[in-house]
Amino acid sequence: MSAVFKREFKTYFTSPIGYVVLALIFGLSGFYFFQYNLAGGMADLSYLFSSVLSFMLLLVFPILTMRLMSDDKRQKTDQALLTAPVGLTGIVLGKFAAAVLLFIIGISITLVFAFIIALQVNPDWMLVFGNFFGLLLLGDMVIAIGLFISCLTESQFIAALGTFLASFALLMIDSLGSLFSGSAFMQSVVEFLSVYKRYANFTTGIIQYDDIIFFLSMQALFLFLTVRVLDRKRWN
Amino acid sequence: MIEVQNLTKRYGSLCAVDDISFRVEEGEILGFLGPNGAGKSTTMNILTGYLSSTSGIVKINGHDILEEPNEAKANIGYLPEQPPLCLDMTVKEYLNFVYDLKKCKFNRTKHLAEICKLMRIEHVFNRLIKNLSKGYRQRVGFAQALIGNPPVLILDEPTVGLDPNQIIEMRTLIKNLGKHHTVILSSHILPEVEAVCDRIVIINGGKIVADDTASALSAHYSSDRRLLTRVAGEEKRVYDILSHVDGVASVTCFGEKENGVFEYALVPEEGSDFRRALFAALSQSGFALLGLKSMEMSLEDIFIALTREQLPQTTRKGGKQK
Repeated sequence: MSAVFKREFKTYFTSPIGYVVLALIFGLSGFYFFQYNLAGGMADLSYLFSSVLSFMLLLVFPILTMRLMSDDKRQKTDQALLTAPVGLTGIVLGKFAAAVLLFIIGISITLVFAFIIALQVNPDWMLVFGNFFGLLLLGDMVIAIGLFISCLTESQFIAALGTFLASFALLMIDSLGSLFSGSAFMQSVVEFLSVYKRYANFTTGIIQYDDIIFFLSMQALFLFLTVRVLDRKRWN
Repeated sequence: MIEVQNLTKRYGSLCAVDDISFRVEEGEILGFLGPNGAGKSTTMNILTGYLSSTSGIVKINGHDILEEPNEAKANIGYLPEQPPLCLDMTVKEYLNFVYDLKKCKFNRTKHLAEICKLMRIEHVFNRLIKNLSKGYRQRVGFAQALIGNPPVLILDEPTVGLDPNQIIEMRTLIKNLGKHHTVILSSHILPEVEAVCDRIVIINGGKIVADDTASALSAHYSSDRRLLTRVAGEEKRVYDILSHVDGVASVTCFGEKENGVFEYALVPEEGSDFRRALFAALSQSGFALLGLKSMEMSLEDIFIALTREQLPQTTRKGGKQK
């Protein structure tokens, strides 16, 4: 697992992908930080955290995960991975961990913002960490989804497009809720799946076990599916 | 040691590998021959655990590839048809990655240096793989297979893309490796297989059609050891003399090959060697014997004979699918 992790993480920086991802996160969250906190004179980072959600989903995660699995298949390097004495789970977790580490490096910029605020007023540190934790949980889940989509195709572009559409669907779930206003059951399904609502809980400082468990279990589900898809390929 | 028992692989209705069994002992080099699409690469991919079989057992040094995949894979060095290279890494980074991937516990720098020396890639050690030529990429791919000193080597067309000098070098290398390793090597190049391999398995349409040493194969498939001879002189008289030589069962004339020189094929009687009698008969009658050669089948002839039989059938199958 550690060999796969090291290689994937290094590859982010031998290709433009790592730089593009970091630039996107730094640039856009910097913009919101300037707009809300510096120009707007607010000490609360929650607005920033709720604003970054949509561009994270639509831009960052597709780029972050697009080549994880698809490129190996195209270059046939999966033959080296799958014939090495490493389990499938190790391969998948190694790639997942590399993407998560890059994501953590990216969103750590928000902690820098918090320190800048701390120079003037004392920010609500629990709220900052709660927000950070929420974004991290959400990110891990979407990275797992992107990893899964990436292992379904040989083309990076299709993988990115797939993750983009999946992220788009996650954002749209709430608007679907209003369509089912007549059915209490469908509304509860939409409510359960609403990533936005669960994430919004974190940005308002509410940390609930069911939100944490939802994000973690979705992440585990997609990692498991990725391993199954890789395994199934061998049987066809 | 590699043991394959009743291995079958189906892709839907297509049977790529059909119930094949063979064994390769330690210190043996097995040549795997077959036309395109015969199932060579599929078999190799199953042996290395990249694909799984529909049924059958594969054991690498006693470890079942399905039940103890990690133990079995740790014993294999695999060079696939297209070397699995990470193009945006340098040779150094790539070999280090493979070293980590295989969880080797040697002296890293020494082990990698040895392999690079063996494959003659020391001088491209710090170059990006995507900038290397096909021959170098092939050698880096081979180096990757050798990392960790696996006792079993599975090489899918190892000399593709190399120049003639490198091919000869590579053959010598494989022969040397074969002394202490179990090697399976696939190839289209028949002289290569003949030069390198102790034993040859010919596969066609997913089935093993021959499994023996090269010399045993040619002895078996050219059952009558016919001789081709050229004699100067009038066709009718020479024919007459030839057909009366002791031990000659029949004579066929192939016509005039040089000015006044005719070619004849002589079929011997069971177990007889008529070469001395032939010389005596011709010298007595004053005809000059200009050539005498055995018509024993070469590996190439055997290969063509064995693999051509099923060709019409496969073409028909392909036609149906369209």
